[in-house]
Parts: sequence; C-alpha cells; structure tokens
Amino acid sequence: MLKLEVRPAPSRVMSVASPLLALSLTVVIGVVLFMLLGKDPLRGLYVFFVEPLKSWYALSELAMKATPLLLIALGLAVCFRSNVWNIGAEGQFIVGAIAAGGVAMLADAHTGRWIVVAVLVAGVLGGMLWAGIVALLRDKANANEILVSLMLVYVAEMVLSYLVYGPWKDPNGYNFPQTISFLEATKVPRLFGGMFRVNIGLVIALLAVAAFWLFMFRVYAGFQLQVGGLAPAAARYAGFSSRKALWMAMLVSGGMAGLAGALETAGPLGQLTPHVPAGYGFAAIIVAFVGRLHPVGTVFSAVLMSMFYIGGELAQSRLGLPKSLTGVFQGLLLFSLLACDTLIYYRPRWRSARSPRSEPARPTNVITPSTPTVEGNA
Amino acid sequence: MDAIALLLAATLNAGTLLAFAALGLLINERAGIVNLGAEGIMLVAAIAGFATAVHTGNDWLALTAGAAAGALLAAVFGLLVIWLNTNQYATGLALSLFGSGFSAFIGIRYTQEKLSERAHYDIPVLSDIPFIGPALFRQHPMVYVAIALTIALAWFMYRSRAGLVLRAVGESPESAHALGYPVRRIRLIAVMVGGALCGISGAYISVVYTPLWVEGMVAGKGWIALALTTFATWRPTRVLLGAYLFGGVTMLQFHLQGEGVQISSQLLTMLPYLATIVVLVLISRNATWIRVNMPASLGKPFFPGG
Repeated sequence: MLKLEVRPAPSRVMSVASPLLALSLTVVIGVVLFMLLGKDPLRGLYVFFVEPLKSWYALSELAMKATPLLLIALGLAVCFRSNVWNIGAEGQFIVGAIAAGGVAMLADAHTGRWIVVAVLVAGVLGGMLWAGIVALLRDKANANEILVSLMLVYVAEMVLSYLVYGPWKDPNGYNFPQTISFLEATKVPRLFGGMFRVNIGLVIALLAVAAFWLFMFRVYAGFQLQVGGLAPAAARYAGFSSRKALWMAMLVSGGMAGLAGALETAGPLGQLTPHVPAGYGFAAIIVAFVGRLHPVGTVFSAVLMSMFYIGGELAQSRLGLPKSLTGVFQGLLLFSLLACDTLIYYRPRWRSARSPRSEPARPTNVITPSTPTVEGNA
Repeated sequence: MDAIALLLAATLNAGTLLAFAALGLLINERAGIVNLGAEGIMLVAAIAGFATAVHTGNDWLALTAGAAAGALLAAVFGLLVIWLNTNQYATGLALSLFGSGFSAFIGIRYTQEKLSERAHYDIPVLSDIPFIGPALFRQHPMVYVAIALTIALAWFMYRSRAGLVLRAVGESPESAHALGYPVRRIRLIAVMVGGALCGISGAYISVVYTPLWVEGMVAGKGWIALALTTFATWRPTRVLLGAYLFGGVTMLQFHLQGEGVQISSQLLTMLPYLATIVVLVLISRNATWIRVNMPASLGKPFFPGG
C-alpha cells in the first residue's frame, strides 16, 4: 500500500522540482487531450511552447501578456503569504482600469506627457479602493474576504458595463459600448522605439520584482506579514498586528492589480470596453502559486502562463480548437502543482498495510500557508 | 395579483437551484471541508446536463449526468485535499478555474443548441387554486425535491447516528478517528455527495432554469451558495430559506426591469452580489455567533496517526 510519510524537513529540491513536475504532468495530459481531439500532439505542443518564442514580435507579445500577470501575482504572493485570501484581483484590475481610463479621458490636445503618471497612479488607487472595501468589511465586520472580494468582481464588471454603455460611451462610436480612444499623450510609452507593442509596463514589472523581493525578505514589515501567515499565534505573541497585516496585504495586492489594469488600459487597449476583464486576475492566482509565492519565481510562471494564453489563441487560429483550452490547461497546471507539492512535505513509500507506526504531526506548510480557520474568523 | 404569484413562483425556482448547491456545500462543510470549487463543478455539470438533454431529450437523465459530473470532479478535489493534504482553498480555486475553462471548451459546440419543448408541470386540483396555484403548484418537481431534501437532511444530521458521525468528523476528526471511524473515507463521501448536489444545481440551471448553454452561465451562483452556508449558520432549513431569499433578490431584478423601473440594468444585475456582501457583513459581525455554529475543524486538514 502506498503510504505518505512525513519528511523530517520540507524538501528544498522538491519545492523547485514540483512546478516542473506539474508542468510535465500538464503537458502529458495535454498530449492525451490533443490525441483525443484528433489533433497532432506535436503540433499542439509546438503551438504552445515554441511559437510564442519564435520571433521578436512573438517575444514582445509574450512579454506584454506576462506583464499584467506578473504585476498581479506579485501582490497576490504577498497576500497569500500573509494568509489573506484575496481572490478578487480581477475586480481590482477592472476598477484600476476604470480609474485610469477616467483620468486619461480628462486629457486634451494640450496635456503634457506627465498625465501618464496620473493615469497609472489613478489605477493603483482604484485597485486599492476596491481591495480596501474587502479589508474594511473583513476588519470591521469579520466578513469572509474570499467571498467578498469575489462578489466585488461581478460588481466591478457591472460598473464598467454601466460606464461604457452609459455616461462614458463614445458619442461618435456608432453606438458601440466603448469609450473614446485615449489620446496619444495618455498612453504608456513603448519600448524599443515603438517597433513592438511591448511597453514600459514590462520595466515597471521587473522593477516591482526587485522591490517585492526586498519587501518580503529584507524589510521588517514584510517579515511580520509572513509570520502572521505561517504562525498566527507566534505573530500575536510577538505583537504583530493582524489587522495591519490584513490591510497591508489587501492594499498592496489591490494596488498591483489596479496598476496592471491601468497599464492595460493605457497600453494595448487604449480605451475602455466591456472586454477589459481578460481573466488575468484569476490566472495570476495560478501564477503566484506556481511561482512559489516568490517574486523571482513568479517571473517564470508569468511567462509560462503567458505562453498558455498565446498558445490558446494560436490553437484557435491554427488548429481550430476553442480558445478556452487556455483555461483548461491553467486549471490543470494548478491541480498538478498542488498534488506535486505534497512531495515537498511527504515521502511516498510502499508499506504493508498492517504496520502501524506513529507519524509525527503534520508539518506547517511553508509554500502554501496551511488552510486557516475559515468563513470569516481570525 | 397574478404578477405577484408569478414572481413568487420564479423566486422558488431560482431559490431551488441555489438550495441544491448550498445544501451540498453544507454537507461538505459539516464534514470539515470547504469546497471553493463549487462554481467550477456547477459549470461542468451545467454543460454535462445540457449536452445530455440535447442528445437524449430527457431532463431526468440530464440532471443525473450533472450529478455524476459533480460527484466525479468533487472526488478529484476530495482525493487531493483529504489524502494529499493539499490546501483546501487553493485546490478549490483550481477546480473553479479548471471548471470554467473546461466547460467553455466542451460547451463551444452547444452554444447554438436549443432544447425541445419544455414540459409544464401542474399538480392537479391544487394548481387551480387562485393565486396559490400558480405561485406554488406549477413548479418543476425538483422544487419540491429540494424541500424534501432539506427536511431529510435536517433529520439526517440531527436525528440519525450517521449524521452524528458526519458532524463529529467536522467538529473533531481526531475524536472521530480515535473512536474508530474512517474519517477520511467519510469526508470523501461527504465531498462527493456535496459535489453531486452542486452538479444537480448546475444541470438545473442549464436544463430547467435558463434553459440553454452560455459560457460562464453559472455567473457566481456557486460562490453565492458558499456564502449561503455561512448565512444559514450551517443549518439545512436556514439554507433553504436563505436560498429563497436570494432567489427573490434575483427575481426582483428581472421583475423591476420588466416593470420598466428607471434603474440601469447593470445596477439591477449587481443586486444579488451586493446582497451577498451585505448578508455576509450582517451575519459575520457577530463573531461569536459564527464561531459557535461553525464546524470546529472546517478547512483544517486531518492527518491520521501521530
């Protein structure tokens, strides 16, 4: 009988190997899936893993999709490490985009380039506001942050829809639900002289990686947050405020999601439409976990997830498969990752069914904070 | 008067689909497992049910297919969280994300499909009573099944030995284990039964309630059902009442739109979600109240031995 045995210490090798193992598992399932659909699996793999890397143009598109994922995942990594379950980043992304769009629409022909800064700041504040509601309701009323943040995604979608169908609709837009196209001055500058679509958001995201690394591992406040997530009792004993941790985690992750929303709006989108929400907020949850809730790890997982997105689009045009294949693979990847993560803490071992041996207590899960008390209780 | 009767009827209908999911999640949570994958389960069950209905034309087979799909997905979730001790939140989220992608993927060829003429159900004599008849007795049979299920579940949980064991597993798995109950197997059964009920709810949406298939059509009802268990402080009868309350909010929105009330449709669409938040806030404010009622080991992994 296959038994799981607790390792004396979490395996460091496995914690790096597990995402790779999970990716391999996902690829294997993907190959089987392609075969079941009667498509050449090699062609499928090529579309997902080679074509997104084939040209400078492809790389630029890859980086452009990875940027919002990375930004949001960085914030979520802090959040999840402090055991605050913000899963409404999608909503914070939308409100960030709305706020950024609102500022961008104030510009006229005389507005200087400084407005870009205002646009991005508005995005951050918008995201923080939306996440702040969650923090407030959790703090003051003990309301479960998972459900509140998620409900606010739907509310944000409706706010966006109201604006683009109503007061913000472009009067010359042939009645399409969209705002005016933002003026050039409000758009984030592109890199490489504007040859490709990739913009300065990529630089911001990479700087954010460094900033988050410093915050998590070199700043006392970041340390406090993580202690609160891993060992709430120890944090309480040390006098670290769990309320402060909650607010900080929510505002940081909300701000990052809002920034991502602003960069999308003032970057590739260039206007607000009902299609602003593209699922980045949800995909970023997977990015954060696959990246081991570590800033550097999230860079790799953001690129991987971006490949899934582009691969899904290519699979649609080249192989005639629905684009939702992306979502299937994203879900499978997280599933496999969680299963493989078991190997970090446990060692599988064949044992006869009848050899009772006492096991040491279950160790604290470091990578994914062990599930806390639930349904709105600290 | 007739309009009110219809509104009441629609409320029961909308409440029923929430009730199945929320009762399923209640069983899960009573066994100590939080399944954030409800939304994904419901989506996959919705397409499984719809596809079955398209091919067989039989609603009962469709609901069965939804239940089977739900139980199957829940089993995968259960194996991960119960035997591999994965984080319940993250695993549930994975299921929800997978479910929304997977259902969209297999559903793409069903977006144009329509179901054959829907059956009308009338309870003889009773349905002819003015007002009460159209409000209560012209419903799909599943509406009455939901009520029966609630009563049965309340009896099971508080009056039967097996129900006591279920609750013990959710309150203190260690004690249940020490008494010789197979905690993990009981939890898996609870998760699968809960998944099957979520599946019935999903299939009910696509086969009876809407009835058609649209990508992402569950539209947060799985999450609302999760909120309902807290709202109901984990009691079956309160779950049913809560489900009707939310069904009423959903229907009020359509009713107001129909009456031509000058409120933007987006604001009305927001109502159920805002109501969920308001209800969560009101019910959670009293932390002790929640703590007393919540299964003590909810969300905590259990590793036998040691």
